[in-house]
Amino acid sequence: MVITTTTGEPVENNIKEQLDDILSRYNKGRESLIPLLQEVQERFGYLPEESMEAIANFLKLSNSTVYAVSTFYAQFKLTPTGKRLVKVCRGTACHVRGGARILREVEKRLGIKPGETTENREYTLETVACIGACALAPTMTVDKETYGQMTTKKAAEIFSDQSKAK
Amino acid sequence: MKIIRLTINGQGVEARQGMTVLEAAQEAGIYIPALCSDPDLEPYGGCRLCVVEVEKMRGQPTACTTLATDGMVVHTETPEVNRIRRNTVELLIADHPMDCLTCIKNQRCELQKVAAYLSISERRFPRTDRSLPIDNSNPFFTLDRNYCILCAKCVRACDEITVVNAIEIVDRGYESRVSTFGDKPLFESICQSCGECVVRCPVAALVAKDAIQPMREVETICPYCGVGCGMYLGIRDGRIVSVRGSRENQASNGRLCVKGRYGIAEFIHHPERLSAPLIRRNGKLTETSWDEALGLVASRLASYSKDQVAVISSAKCTNEENYIIQKFTRAVLGTNNIDHCARLCHAPSVAGLAQSFGSGAMTNSNSDIGDAACILAIGTNTTETHPVIGFNVKKATRKGTRLIVANPRQIGLVRFADVWLRQRPGTDVALLMGIAKVIVDEGLHDSSFISERCENFDAFKESLKGFDLSLVEKITGVPQNQIAEAARLYATNRPGAILYSMGITQHSHGTDNVIAIANLAMLTGNIGKPGSGVNPLRGQNNVQGACDMGALPNVYSGYQPVSDPKVKEKFESAWGSTLSPTAGLTISEIFDAAYQGKLKALYLVGENPLLSEPDASHVREALSRLDFFVAQDIFLSESAELAHVVLPGTTFAEKEGTFTNTERRVQRVRKVIEPLGNSRADWLITCQIAQLMGGKDFDFEHPSQIMDEIAQLTPSYGGISFERLETGGLQWPCPTKEHPGTPILHTTKFTRGKGKFIPLEYKPSVELPDDEYPLVLTTGRSIFQYHTGTMSRKVKGLNIFKNEEQVELNPEDARKLGIADDDTIKVISRRGEVTAKARVTEASPAGVVFMTFHFAESPTNLLTNPAVDPIAKIPELKVCAVRVEKIVQPS
Repeated sequence: MVITTTTGEPVENNIKEQLDDILSRYNKGRESLIPLLQEVQERFGYLPEESMEAIANFLKLSNSTVYAVSTFYAQFKLTPTGKRLVKVCRGTACHVRGGARILREVEKRLGIKPGETTENREYTLETVACIGACALAPTMTVDKETYGQMTTKKAAEIFSDQSKAK
Repeated sequence: MKIIRLTINGQGVEARQGMTVLEAAQEAGIYIPALCSDPDLEPYGGCRLCVVEVEKMRGQPTACTTLATDGMVVHTETPEVNRIRRNTVELLIADHPMDCLTCIKNQRCELQKVAAYLSISERRFPRTDRSLPIDNSNPFFTLDRNYCILCAKCVRACDEITVVNAIEIVDRGYESRVSTFGDKPLFESICQSCGECVVRCPVAALVAKDAIQPMREVETICPYCGVGCGMYLGIRDGRIVSVRGSRENQASNGRLCVKGRYGIAEFIHHPERLSAPLIRRNGKLTETSWDEALGLVASRLASYSKDQVAVISSAKCTNEENYIIQKFTRAVLGTNNIDHCARLCHAPSVAGLAQSFGSGAMTNSNSDIGDAACILAIGTNTTETHPVIGFNVKKATRKGTRLIVANPRQIGLVRFADVWLRQRPGTDVALLMGIAKVIVDEGLHDSSFISERCENFDAFKESLKGFDLSLVEKITGVPQNQIAEAARLYATNRPGAILYSMGITQHSHGTDNVIAIANLAMLTGNIGKPGSGVNPLRGQNNVQGACDMGALPNVYSGYQPVSDPKVKEKFESAWGSTLSPTAGLTISEIFDAAYQGKLKALYLVGENPLLSEPDASHVREALSRLDFFVAQDIFLSESAELAHVVLPGTTFAEKEGTFTNTERRVQRVRKVIEPLGNSRADWLITCQIAQLMGGKDFDFEHPSQIMDEIAQLTPSYGGISFERLETGGLQWPCPTKEHPGTPILHTTKFTRGKGKFIPLEYKPSVELPDDEYPLVLTTGRSIFQYHTGTMSRKVKGLNIFKNEEQVELNPEDARKLGIADDDTIKVISRRGEVTAKARVTEASPAGVVFMTFHFAESPTNLLTNPAVDPIAKIPELKVCAVRVEKIVQPS
C-alpha cells in the first residue's frame, strides 16, 4: 500500500524534497535536532528512516545518535501512525475503575496492541499513565475527544465500524 | 602541574590538580568500586558505585565526577556508602544471568569483582530474566544484551575514542539497550569492528568470539599500516591467541583497528604459510633443503654481472632486514639496483620535501594532530587507511579543530569537515596554488616566517599569478568561494596541520603536488610547531624505515647519496668492499629492464608486484622473462608463484627487530613465537646468502648487532640501540646516545637551512578521459583489507566484511550505462580489463570510478597507467582513463 502523509501525498515520492525544504530552515548545530525531528514528524506523521538519515547527515551526527534521541522521547513515532490516535488511560484511578477491561475491549475491536496501527491506517492505539480526568475514570481519548466513565459496551460502540479494521 | 593534598580514609594522599577523587584514590592504591569509569573516557557518573562521602559536601557524590581539591577529606567506606553500593549492585544483578562459573568473563568480570567486594551473598530482589536475542552478526565479537549493565562504556568508546558512533543507548527506561541505527545487527551498521568497545565491556555483553586467555604476553608493533600501533600478543601453547593494545605506546596510546586487533593470529598461523624452501624442478615448485636452496641462489646470483641483477626489498620487513638487504645488494652484488614499494607510495614525498625542506618525512607526530587548530586532509582517506590517526583527526574536530577535506570521493572524514573541496582527480596543484593565491592576495601569509626562515618567495609569488581562481575552478571543479573559504580557514586557524597520502603522491606530477603542500605550509608559518606541519601518512608498517635504511637506488641508510664520494668512501671502509657511485634502477625500471631482457636476475623480498604495480600484465611478462627469480615471502604470493626459488621468511611475530612508523618513531618488534615450520627470519636468510657469496661482516647473531652497525653509519639513527628502545620508541633524528629524539622537525631551521619556495605550474594527468575511455579510474583501499591481501585475506572475518572488488560509480554514470548495484561489470583501459561487481554510490563523483587493489580475482592494476613522475618515478596509479560495460549474463 502507499503510505501517505497527513496531507494525503504519498511519502515515497517527495520525501527527499520535503526534507530538503524543512532542513533549509534550520541551523546545522546539534540544538536543531529535536525541533527538526518534531517538524519532520508533524509533516509525515512519523519519522521515516530516511528522514533520520537526512537529519544526521545535515547535523553531521551519526545515524545512530539521531535514532537514540528519536527512541528516547515518547513523542516520536518510528512507524506510520493512523489517522486517529486512541489513548486508553492506565492511570491509578482508571485502573481501579476497570481500565484494563476497557483496553482489552479496544484491543479486540481494533485488532491491535498498544503501540500498533490498524492495517488501514485508520487508528493508532496507545496507553497513557493519566490524562488528568480521574473523576471520569475509566477514560480514553480519540484525538482531542475525551470519553469518560467508559464501559466495554461504549468502547464497542465507538469502534463498531472497526471490527473489520485489520 | 600543581600538587594537591587530600585525605582519603585518614590516609594522606597526593594528587595532581585536575584529577578526580577516583583517580587520586586509584593512584594511592585505594580501591573504590566502579563500573563505568575508564582512563580513556570522560567521567560519566552512570553506575553510581563510586559514591563516597566528602566532608563539608552534601550527600554522596560520585568519585569519578568529583575533582580532588586541596585539603579535601574523603571517606570511601562508610556504612551508608556501602549500603548504597550494595543496593545498586543488587538491582544490577536482579536481571543479570547467574551463570558466572560457565561465563567467558568468569574472574575477569568487573560486576563479579564488585559484588564480591561488597559481600553480596543473597538475592534481595525478585529475579527477572531477560531473554533478548543475541547479536552474533559481527565475525569477531558477540553482543549479548542479557549481560549488559548499561554502563555505556562501549557507547562512549564508540563516541569519544573512535568517533564512529555506530552504537548508542536507544529507547528509554527498562527498554534501554545498546543498539545501532534502526536496531539493525552490528554487521549491518557502520561499526568498523575496531573492538574498542569489546575491550572495555566490564561484563560479558561484548566479548570476542575466540576469546582464549593467554599464558604470557609480549609487547610488539602491529605489522599492518604505518601508524605503528603498540600491541601485546598473547601466547598459549606456541600460538598467538590474543591481541591487546598497548596504552604505553606513544604512537597509538592503546588504540587498535579491526586489522590489528582481529587480523593477526590467523595469518601468522595460516596453513598456507610457506614452511620450507621451494625450488622449481620440471616446471613445478617443490620442497627442498635450506642448503640446496641457498646454495643455488648464491651460485646463480654470482653468475651475473653487476647490472644484470636487482633486488626489491620489503617495507613489511624490519629496519635491520632492510639494512642487510641493501648492504648485500651494494657490497656483495655490487649494484645500486635496489628499491621497494615506497616507489609506489611516498617517493614524491621524499623527493619533494627534500627539495623544499631538506628531508622528506612526516614533520610532526601522531599525538600532536589533536593540537592543530585546523587540519587540511588532502588525498588521504585517513579513516580507512590509517584508522587510528583517523580517530585522532575526528576527535580533534570534536574539540573545535577546523577540518578541510580535499578529496574527489566522499570519504568518511567528510562528515566532520567544515569545508569539503571535491577536486577532480589529478588537479591538486591547481587547487593548492589557488588556495595559496587567496592567502597571499588577502595578506593572510606569515611574512616574518617567510622572510626569516624561507627563500625564493618572490619567484613563488610570481608563479601564483597563473592561478586565477576562475581558472582554478575550471580545472578543479571546485567553486571559487569554497577555495577561498578553505584558504581563510587554513591561514587564520593556526597551528594548521596538513595530512596527505597517496591521493597526492600517486600522480605523474606527484612531486609537484608535494611541493605545493610544502609551499602552503611555509606560506602560513605552519612548520616546526606542535599541531602544524606537513604530514605524509606512510602506508606500510615500515616503509619509513625501509627508506631510512637505504632500500632505495640512490641513497645509503639515512639518505646518504651513493654519488657522494665521501659517503661512498665511508661505506667502502666500513663494509670492506668497492661500491658503485651510480644510482641504480627504480622498481618500474627494474621491470622494464627485465622485460627488455637487460636484467637477468631478481631477488624479491616480501612484495607482491603482480598486484601492486601498474600495468600488471607488463609486470607478469617481465617476471617470466627473468633468467633467475628468487622470491622470499611468508606466503606463495601471486608473484612468488612465478619464481625459480622461493625462500620462506617469517612474520613480524617470529623475529626481533625494529619498525619505523610514519612519525619517524623507531619501535621495537619482538619475537613472540619461534619461526613456524622450517621458515627463517629474513635478516638471517639474506645474511646466509651473502656469506655463501663471500660477503664480509654478515655474521650477525642478533638483530641488535645490526642496529649497532646502522647507528654507526647513519647519523639520524646514531643514538638508537635496542637497549634504549626497551623503554619506548625514539623519533629520528636521534644522533647521539643522549639525544631524546625529535618529535617535530625543522623547529628552528630547516634541514637544508632555509625552506625553499618552489614555483609550480599545473600539469594535467597523462591519460585523460576521451570518447573511447570516458571515465577516470582512481584507486584506493578499504579498512577491512590490506594492500594486495597477502596477509588480510587469510583472515576469515575480514573477508566476511569485504571479499571482492566493488567498483564504485556515481548513480548518474550508472544510469547512463544501465548498471545497478551488484551487477557484474567490466572495467576496460588501454592496458587491460577487469571484471568486478558494481556499487552505485554518491561517494564517487560523476565521471569517476573507484576500485581498491586488494583482490587478485579483480586485479585493478591491469588497468592502471605506468606513466611515472619524472623525479620520483612513481607511477600514476590515481588517474587513468577507462570504459565501463555491463556484462549481460546469458539467461
